[in-house]
Amino acid sequence: MVKESFSIRGVEFKNRVLAASGTFGYGDEVKDLVDVNRLGGICTKSLSWKPREGNPPRRIVETPSGMLNSIGLANVGVHHFINEKLPYLRTLDTTIIANIAASSVQEYCDVLSLLEQQEGIHGYEINVSCPNVTEGGLNFGTDCSKTEEITVRLRPLTNKPLIIKLTPNVTHISEFARAVEDAGADAVSVINTLIGMAVDIRTKKPRLSTVTGGLSGPAIKPIALAKVYEVAQSVHIPILGIGGIMTTEDAIEFLLVGATAVQVGTANFIDPTAGVKIAEGLRAHAEQNGLQDVGQLVGALESHVAFSVIQSWL
Amino acid sequence: MMLQRIVPVTFREEIAENVFVLRFECNEIVCSASPGQFVNIRCGDACLPLLRRPFSISRVLGDEVELLFNVVGQGTRMLAGKRVGDSLDVLGPLGLPFNFGADFKTGLIVAGGVGVAPFPFLTSVLRKKGKRIVTFLGARTASQLAPTHLDDIHLATDDGTKGYHGTVVDLLRSYLDQHRVESPRLFGCGPTNMLKALTNVAQEMNIECELSLEGDMACGIGLCQGCPVERTKGERKYALVCVEGPTFNSKDILIP
Repeated sequence: MVKESFSIRGVEFKNRVLAASGTFGYGDEVKDLVDVNRLGGICTKSLSWKPREGNPPRRIVETPSGMLNSIGLANVGVHHFINEKLPYLRTLDTTIIANIAASSVQEYCDVLSLLEQQEGIHGYEINVSCPNVTEGGLNFGTDCSKTEEITVRLRPLTNKPLIIKLTPNVTHISEFARAVEDAGADAVSVINTLIGMAVDIRTKKPRLSTVTGGLSGPAIKPIALAKVYEVAQSVHIPILGIGGIMTTEDAIEFLLVGATAVQVGTANFIDPTAGVKIAEGLRAHAEQNGLQDVGQLVGALESHVAFSVIQSWL
Repeated sequence: MMLQRIVPVTFREEIAENVFVLRFECNEIVCSASPGQFVNIRCGDACLPLLRRPFSISRVLGDEVELLFNVVGQGTRMLAGKRVGDSLDVLGPLGLPFNFGADFKTGLIVAGGVGVAPFPFLTSVLRKKGKRIVTFLGARTASQLAPTHLDDIHLATDDGTKGYHGTVVDLLRSYLDQHRVESPRLFGCGPTNMLKALTNVAQEMNIECELSLEGDMACGIGLCQGCPVERTKGERKYALVCVEGPTFNSKDILIP
């Protein structure tokens, strides 16, 4: 029997594959297609204090092996979430992480405090890295002191896992990871989308209504791996690796470079069962390789190059 | 109830210029599908193209689902290249159907180009309900018309190579000027400009009108929030084409 579970701040995840925020709704959208209880956890669509309409169309553009999105944190708002979505999530036998997005430090605190009063939420993922909103979002995530401040302010408000989702759109992501670790974060999610753009050469216009958007999918996997690797050399807290994971093999790569667990995002759009398949694939891989614990893969990278040398390249 | 199934291709043919018919076998989708709903298909098995492609269900016959589409890019080119016996990863049926049970006597179907796709299925259901059907089908040129499995067909071409010389909505207008239609309801699908013009006709003549829209969607099931269409009323600014459509009453949405 292979051990699949892991925990963050005493909260157990039954396996090392979570559904990434913004790619799995609030869990109920896919209940006909997949047994979501077989996931290690679900990160909800980002929640803000008030509902957000999101950006005008066009919001999605497919690119080679990837996609650009400019959703703009469209969400039902935390009150509607509590009344309409949380009751269903409570019935699930998996770990529920509420993802919070806000346009002010106070809003992060307000949303988290309100959720803290509810049953059924096991932890929080703080989105400081949405590239598609004008206030907050990436303004916070690319400012190390602001990211730190948000963590410092949120930490005393909860004893549940506090996970900060970091953006790759900075020079050294590891500085941000260290800052939030020092500020009391229990884990980091690495990475959010990369800023990207696509142009319609016929109309000479940007293809997204907001000009730029967030790039996700297999196209970003090599970048995400390098970012997870960089962060893994810099912090001791768990890393949730994200970025273009489509297969079990992709997930294993993330574990090897130092991710404690992974989040599956864009793959859910193509195959809502992707996360469950990857979780089963990880278990099968461990069995076939005589491992007692999937966690034995974490950080098991064999590299002949000293990290100090790699650091000079990063 | 939506399903994800690997299904075999049973038929594939180009029936008009760049208009392809493809059938696959899936009894479960046949049993739960209604006119106006769509399926989301993975056209390749690698990452190019990455996303599924949405297609209206054009017809159901026996255990088979029929699609009708133009080749417009990489995904549809791959789909058009499928052979009988190849397998397809299909998600469906998705979205909300046309409100074909509404109180009306005559269904006026208005289709532009490959926008004809959902209407053979609608026609078969309306026939069973004893409705009268009049169909207006337009295309740029005669070779692109695919007038199959429809009733009382009136054709229009932009270049005048067949039928009425002009747009399909102008053809509809002239028909409505000349004929008294008992208790009509419009059903439209086609390019954005056509849908705008059709919405205007519906408004001027005070006829209920349902439109089937396209959207740029990554998932087709409400996860990605990628396919908003602006609403004319209600608290929320946008509706999602994939789960709140693709069929909408023309009064409820703003065609972009």
